[in-house]
Amino acid sequence: MECAAGDKILEVKNLKTYFYTDDGVVKAVDGVSFDLNCMETLGIVGETGSGKSVTALSILRLIPQPPGKIVEGEIIFDNKNVLDMSIKELQNFRGDRVSMIFQDPMTSLNPVFTIGNQLTEAITSHRSLNKKAAREESYKLLEMVGIPDIKRRFNSYPHEFSGGMRQRVMIAMAIANSPDILIADEPTTALDVTIQAQILELMDELKQKTRSSIIIITHDLGVVAKYADRIMVMYAGKPVEFSDIDTIFYKPCHPYTLGLMRSITRLDEEKKDTLKPIEGNPPSLIDLPDGCVFCVRCEYAISKCKHKYPPFSEVEKGHNVACFRADKFLSGILSRNL
Amino acid sequence: MAEEKLLEVKNLKKYFNLRSGFFSRKSAGTVKAIDNISFYIKKGETFGLVGESGCGKSTTVRVILRLINATAGEVRYKSVDLFNLKKREMFNVRREIQIIFQDPYASLSPRMTIGDIISEPMEIHGIGDKTSRIKRVKELLKVVGLNPEHVNRYPHMFSGGQRQRVGVARALALTPSIILCDEPVSALDVSVQAQILNLMANLQKEFNLTYLFIAHDLSVVKHVSNRVGVMYLGKIVEVAKSGELYKNPLHPYTMGLLSAVPIPDPEKERQRKRIILQGDVPSPINPPSGCRFHPRCPNAQEICSIKEPQLKNYSEDAEEHLAACFFAGKPI
Repeated sequence: MECAAGDKILEVKNLKTYFYTDDGVVKAVDGVSFDLNCMETLGIVGETGSGKSVTALSILRLIPQPPGKIVEGEIIFDNKNVLDMSIKELQNFRGDRVSMIFQDPMTSLNPVFTIGNQLTEAITSHRSLNKKAAREESYKLLEMVGIPDIKRRFNSYPHEFSGGMRQRVMIAMAIANSPDILIADEPTTALDVTIQAQILELMDELKQKTRSSIIIITHDLGVVAKYADRIMVMYAGKPVEFSDIDTIFYKPCHPYTLGLMRSITRLDEEKKDTLKPIEGNPPSLIDLPDGCVFCVRCEYAISKCKHKYPPFSEVEKGHNVACFRADKFLSGILSRNL
Repeated sequence: MAEEKLLEVKNLKKYFNLRSGFFSRKSAGTVKAIDNISFYIKKGETFGLVGESGCGKSTTVRVILRLINATAGEVRYKSVDLFNLKKREMFNVRREIQIIFQDPYASLSPRMTIGDIISEPMEIHGIGDKTSRIKRVKELLKVVGLNPEHVNRYPHMFSGGQRQRVGVARALALTPSIILCDEPVSALDVSVQAQILNLMANLQKEFNLTYLFIAHDLSVVKHVSNRVGVMYLGKIVEVAKSGELYKNPLHPYTMGLLSAVPIPDPEKERQRKRIILQGDVPSPINPPSGCRFHPRCPNAQEICSIKEPQLKNYSEDAEEHLAACFFAGKPI
């Protein structure tokens, strides 16, 4: 599907995914809304338990039911709601229109099949090609992702590859059918930093070649700083801020985003005596407080924050924030001290 | 002021022999995990050891503490050769050299309360009695920012960051002189990392501690260290003062490594010239001949595959800046 610049290709509206456990209901994703434009890279940023991975899995309806359930929301792709798709429609959607690269390539690749076998499977599940043609396609894909010694590697098993190479194989599988959207869930977290740089460069190049959009999920702000166009920041299952990259890094209006920007160590800065961490710990998703989820750790909280949940609303064009004090940051009454 | 070398590692080697099968006695090769490294740590400083997976940094920590036996070389603590100590003498030395592990979930026994975990080192070394130990445990919990009332709780009741604080408290229990930190914040969320790093910095000042800080995250290492050593495939390739290493890297691997680290600043990232190192890190079973980095090095010449470069000092002032490269300082 060829899209034109500026076209909206995915729209997520008020997504809620809960997990029903013996200890209670885990509200892993609780009201997330965002959109994705043609050939855009969207970064979903957050720490452990923020709900970013569950959001991605929900888009592909990969949530195990039970104990999980997508309880509310709409995911609109190509004028259809993914949540209403039949099994057949879903099979055409997954791996073909939208595909995913998972975090740990070792556990995502089947250890008992050669990578050639797995790669051709990704192709033939969606297209009717004979064995020979599928193999030729696979060779082309392996070349595109920079795997050397293609014919030998085609017949190798995952354990014979390094982490970086396995991730390249996963990327080859994900782009095999030229998807419209590539979702990458912490694609480089398990890799060394020099290999991470290679993989991110590769993904960026491929995006241009295959004309896909990318959703990259990560906790590493450095990774999105280079590659993302817009960023959504999540905390405890909720969206807290969504805007273009410069706004998020230089002019954030949510105390959590602000706290994150202040607390990270940076390679290019002179040594500071102390970092400015965010005090406290993320909340349990079973036992969420009334009011704002971030209130307890927030240095800007007012009494309203304890009782009412701030709606995720637009504070300026293209900039959404869930905070009662966002406008004070915007106007400069509250200083960011970045 | 004489700078005391609290810990000194000299020509250290650790090779692991691989058997070709579980019951086989035939050798399938040798993993040269640490292959002749030397460095020292001054009293009161934080020495950062940085490198990617398989470079040998974690093995270094374990060999220093004699958790595994070295193949060759020596480690001197306060000038005493640790490898020649008898069991009892080493036991006493271990009071002064403590360790913080990477994984806050695996390094605390799930069957012990945090109070027991922190007092265990004191029990093993016969320090104090039950009452005085409990008192000390509660003091330590306060020192690391945890609630002393939680002394009877189990690790699973705490978050990753809190568990790491327990690990820190345990390392402090015997009032050590030097703490070996093996990736102490890698498993933690970014907002919690800063808390632990600040804690460790404060404790260093308060208790006059020396740290060996191992990490793969260069931004973290830069922040905490006074001096930094860069490891690649079992060798130390560069050693310099922290600021100097980042401003003026001399070894091509260091240059590539620094270039690969993402900076959380979109404007800077847009302007930055990135050098992407090609290829994978080779296997330590069959390291390349000559300079181990030569297959990936954009500056490699013929000599690099034949001779192995030694660490040389390129600094003109008092503080050394060592690099092991025939073309040190040449930009890549």
